[in-house]
Amino acid sequence: MIDLAAHILDIAENSVRAGARLIEINIDEDTANDSLSIEIIDDGQGMKEEDIKKVLDPFYTTKTVRRVGLGLPLLADATQRSGGHLNLESKEGKGTTIKATFGLSHVDRQPMGDIISTLIILIAGNSDVDFLFKHRNNDRQFEMDTRTIRNEIDDIPINHPEILKYIRGILEEGFSEIKKWNKIVPKIEKILKKQ
Amino acid sequence: MAKLTIDDLKKIKAKVHKEMSLRDGDRRVKITVHMGTCGIASGAKEVMDTLLQEIETAKVNDVVVTTSGCMGLCSREPLVTVEVIKQEPIKYEYMNPNKMRQVFKKHILEGEIQTPFVLAKGSEVIK
Repeated sequence: MIDLAAHILDIAENSVRAGARLIEINIDEDTANDSLSIEIIDDGQGMKEEDIKKVLDPFYTTKTVRRVGLGLPLLADATQRSGGHLNLESKEGKGTTIKATFGLSHVDRQPMGDIISTLIILIAGNSDVDFLFKHRNNDRQFEMDTRTIRNEIDDIPINHPEILKYIRGILEEGFSEIKKWNKIVPKIEKILKKQ
Repeated sequence: MAKLTIDDLKKIKAKVHKEMSLRDGDRRVKITVHMGTCGIASGAKEVMDTLLQEIETAKVNDVVVTTSGCMGLCSREPLVTVEVIKQEPIKYEYMNPNKMRQVFKKHILEGEIQTPFVLAKGSEVIK
């Protein structure tokens, strides 16, 4: 995978295949602890206990059309390369939670990539699934919940081009707020130090 | 630029409702971008991005886009299936943004199958 956004797309698509109706994606950037975590929580069918043990084996898959299952092993490898780790919790009939932690400033950490287009693709391609996206950057946080949008648009499909354009706008605003804040905070800290 | 609000969403809803009442047709084409690990690693995300841009630019409302998992032909990814109503599905292989633009303009809008990119015609059968 070229970036972390591609991993998120891959894992969230797994959740869709597992019959999830709500997928929560949490990204947490913590500069003080030099950590970046990506958590994907779904309410899909969950995994059997024997499957959980084999999930990081690239030559294990529940699919019948091929003999390899590379999604989670690739993500686990990406976490380890940056000094992080991957946690997986799953309960049959309840859902799965995957948490990938990375060293934020580690030279081998993959770049985040275009997370906005990943979210738009997920919403456009899976119009019957809801997504709750939360992005926390130190003290700042923004979230986008497709359930709120769905409540407002009645019978218009959530993947209608005009609605997708609106969602893209909301996400771009959220990210630019965080970016702006990231530029201001170091300046404030510098001033406070001087005083 | 002013911040987007729920009121903006309500305006969009009213505009889309007006458009929907003016047209009578339902979904005419279903496009599936295969989005398994193999597809994503081969560039399916960029293909899907391009497709969504083309739909927005062309202002078409009768095209539905969906994603699916891996169908077992990982070496032929990115794969895209185009299903025009009452016609057999066409599977395109080794897709990229340029090929996607061509398939959208020629096949989806004008009905001309782009034979050089075709992998197969019909639905896959899993045995």
